[in-house]
Amino acid sequence: MNKLKIIALFFMNCFLCITVKAQETAGEGVMRSNGKIFVVMAVVVTILIGLFLYLASVDRKITRLEKENK
Amino acid sequence: MIRQRWWKILSFLLLLYTCTYGFYVKVPRLDDRMQESIRNFFFHVPMWFGMMILLFVSVWYSVKYLRNPTIQNDSNASAFAATGTVFGMLGLITGAIWANYQWGSPWSGDPKQNGAAIAMLIYLAYFVLRGSITDDVKKARIGAVYNVFAFFMLFPTLWILPRLTESLHPGGEGSEGNPGINGQDMDAHMRMVFYPAVLGWTLLGVWISSIKTRYSLLAYQKMNA
Repeated sequence: MNKLKIIALFFMNCFLCITVKAQETAGEGVMRSNGKIFVVMAVVVTILIGLFLYLASVDRKITRLEKENK
Repeated sequence: MIRQRWWKILSFLLLLYTCTYGFYVKVPRLDDRMQESIRNFFFHVPMWFGMMILLFVSVWYSVKYLRNPTIQNDSNASAFAATGTVFGMLGLITGAIWANYQWGSPWSGDPKQNGAAIAMLIYLAYFVLRGSITDDVKKARIGAVYNVFAFFMLFPTLWILPRLTESLHPGGEGSEGNPGINGQDMDAHMRMVFYPAVLGWTLLGVWISSIKTRYSLLAYQKMNA
């Protein structure tokens, strides 16, 4: 369980690093193009990843309870 | 299948695709009627598709319960109805946000809006009904019968009545066309995102419902242990 969390955090970090880097190097990079719509995209994707991680952890908790109850 | 992992990952990947490519894909200009807000097709409209599918699964389990009264069938029926109702609520709210900028006010008494609100109230009554009966068998049986009525009320409120009158929704001129979405507003590129979005959101709803079912079965076991 902890391993999965670490992997997920690692990927989220990578994603953030890439977007920040893109801003720094290009100035008018992908995050600033097209009326900053990609900022919204980054927010939505972060929420999506967070929600799925949460749902997966609830799923695992229920699975553990089911195993205990058997 | 419900215990397997692949469809949960598929749901995540489809929604990741929706939430990235959905912002990026070229959308038709449509004489600037909707501008970028047409991208709501990937978020608002799948709520209604997902709601319809989840509520169908719910009534399926209710009928199954009436033929074969098991706690599993009842838990599934109520969990899918709950998730379907949440999807419908989100559809109403996102629709109101969109309408505020598209039609000038969040609630304009559009026949589709009114019909959807009535449908949601009918489903809320399902939970009030279930909550008011303490006997488990009675609750499940009466709930199942009510759920059949509730599901068939979706057809007049969402599919028939909005077609009979003028609607602000695209394609709702008189009795012509579909009052929910105008298929001609979408081009091939949008469809490439729209259908995966519908599948992704629906699978997410199925996942949430399955967790709810498993939780209520555990609670039932604990109560009767």
